[in-house]
Amino acid sequence: MRNTFSEALYDEAKKNPDIYIVVADISPGGTIAKFSTEYPERFINVGVAEQSMIGIAAGLALRGCQPFAYTIATFSLYRPFEMVRDDLCYQNLPVTVVGMGSGVIYSTLGGTHHTQEDIAVAGAIPNMQIIAPCDPAECTEATRHCATQKVGPIYLRIGKTGEPNLTKDAEPWQFGKLRYLRRGSDVCILSYGVIMKMATQIADSLAVGGKSVSLVSCHTLKPLDREGIAQALRTHKQVIVIEEHAPQGGLAPQTKQIAWDIKATCRLDTFTLQDKFIHNYGSHDDLLAAHGLSPQRILVAIA
Amino acid sequence: MATGKNAFNADAAKLRVNRYRKRILEVSQQVQALHIGSAYSCTEIVDVVYNGLMRHGEAGGTRDIFLMSKGHGCMIQYAILEERGTLTRAEMNGYCTPTGRLGCHPDHGNPGIEAATGALGHGLAMAVGMALAERGRKRDTIVYTVLSDGELQEGSTWEATLMASSFGVKNLVAFVDNNDFQSLGRTSQTHPSFYPVVEKYLAFGWESVEVDGHDSAAIHDAVASRKGDKPLMVVAKTTKGKGISYMENVPIWHYRSPNKDEYQQALKELEAAL
Ligand SMILES: Cc1ncc(C[n+]2csc(CCOP(=O)(O)OP(=O)(O)O)c2C)c(N)n1
Ligand SMILES: [Mg+2]
Repeated sequence: MRNTFSEALYDEAKKNPDIYIVVADISPGGTIAKFSTEYPERFINVGVAEQSMIGIAAGLALRGCQPFAYTIATFSLYRPFEMVRDDLCYQNLPVTVVGMGSGVIYSTLGGTHHTQEDIAVAGAIPNMQIIAPCDPAECTEATRHCATQKVGPIYLRIGKTGEPNLTKDAEPWQFGKLRYLRRGSDVCILSYGVIMKMATQIADSLAVGGKSVSLVSCHTLKPLDREGIAQALRTHKQVIVIEEHAPQGGLAPQTKQIAWDIKATCRLDTFTLQDKFIHNYGSHDDLLAAHGLSPQRILVAIA
Repeated sequence: MATGKNAFNADAAKLRVNRYRKRILEVSQQVQALHIGSAYSCTEIVDVVYNGLMRHGEAGGTRDIFLMSKGHGCMIQYAILEERGTLTRAEMNGYCTPTGRLGCHPDHGNPGIEAATGALGHGLAMAVGMALAERGRKRDTIVYTVLSDGELQEGSTWEATLMASSFGVKNLVAFVDNNDFQSLGRTSQTHPSFYPVVEKYLAFGWESVEVDGHDSAAIHDAVASRKGDKPLMVVAKTTKGKGISYMENVPIWHYRSPNKDEYQQALKELEAAL
């Protein structure tokens, strides 16, 4: 996904001389080499200095540029948190903070490299918008959107490498709107980000079991498509939220809130990371399973 | 520090660091990534700290503290802790497995690990805090820490640098593993103003010296001969990936593990080094 991001950004940078990327000693790889050779002034590597990465991006935006700040998710949001809040959000600048390898993708690297609570943290700041694409194709759409909007700051939460494309048959991508990857009438799975792969497996299993399944990418977490979620709750017998995020402040509690507000009558099950630092140094899937997120466990729980 | 009594044995150190490098190489074959170049860069430094400088509570005496600020280099710390018996062989073999307790960064709560690091630029402030705690308790504990040169790009490191000398912290000995590399390129090219480092620390009120970071005796002497009235920063000039020809100064070895052929070649080179 990070390669797709850099390709999309390069394409936008060709068209728009105001696009900058500020990185903190971590490179998106792939096409970014083309970006940095062709536009050396617009590729700024601050080194291992994330607070300055955000500050410099803010300065660029204050002078009319359209900057992206990019590093590993924890270091893009948590390390420079007050710079994100004051410099970007308080001043409402169109800077995209790219958090790469979000969730618990960096499984073996331990808790210092996990971003379990970033949606809650970013979502709590006024003016901040959040997009979490579920596959490389969505990442391209999201990057284009970030490169061309002037509304305010965006936290773009992306994966790392090797994510499959899952949105071939999906409806068009639109900022702020739920996106149905497939439509059914019994069960609706709401998810976003890299864990959409697991959500797809679960949808497939349910379909094999005879259920008519909707699978939805809630790529824009803020502003959340509340009406779209209300509609999903009204039109399905069962709604399932699967997210690679802490139980607080993510999609699951917001969906429950909406369900309460509209007095939804469907069954609603939510699956999130636990509110815990789990010490497990296996694969990404191992760590998700240690948090209770595996297709087997979810299928049993929703039966 | 009892330098005279405990004269440093450079020949023994040479054997130890060779063993550690081999052990790290062995573990590298279980995983895809383990920051081998980063560990080899500071192998001599961490060895001298544990085996030449720290007091380990012998005869009920002082227990000095070591904190691996550049957490991603922790394979060398694990290898030393294993040899010292603090970590078991089974724990080491469980490195980066779902059931193991050791990950790519040191985790607080694991044997011999004083603090969780992995996010760069946290270690020096925690070391200053530990030094203040020891001073407050009227103990003569010395806190040792190893930073990467990348960590000296973080503002937090310079805040802690200012605090240590301003608060009159004397029981702090820090090293910077100055291999002139961060992830994206050479520091001297990306950040020319990074240098000189020793002069910066002197200006901040520290004692500071530069040494060859792969010369164990020189590292030992730099600390043993410190005046001791200020915090000490030893600027260790190092080579990232030191000891394996194809790893030295080659950025990909920051992270990845050698394949089978590369493993064999590395093993040969380590054998030949003895
Ligand atoms: C706060 C923070 N930012 C970024 C990273 C990702 N990262 C890991 S190692 C590294 C740089 C490696 O260079 P250096 O710090 O000099 O270590 P060494 O050369 O000793 O391996 C980076 C950017 C991190 N771990 N923490
Ligand atoms: Mg370095």
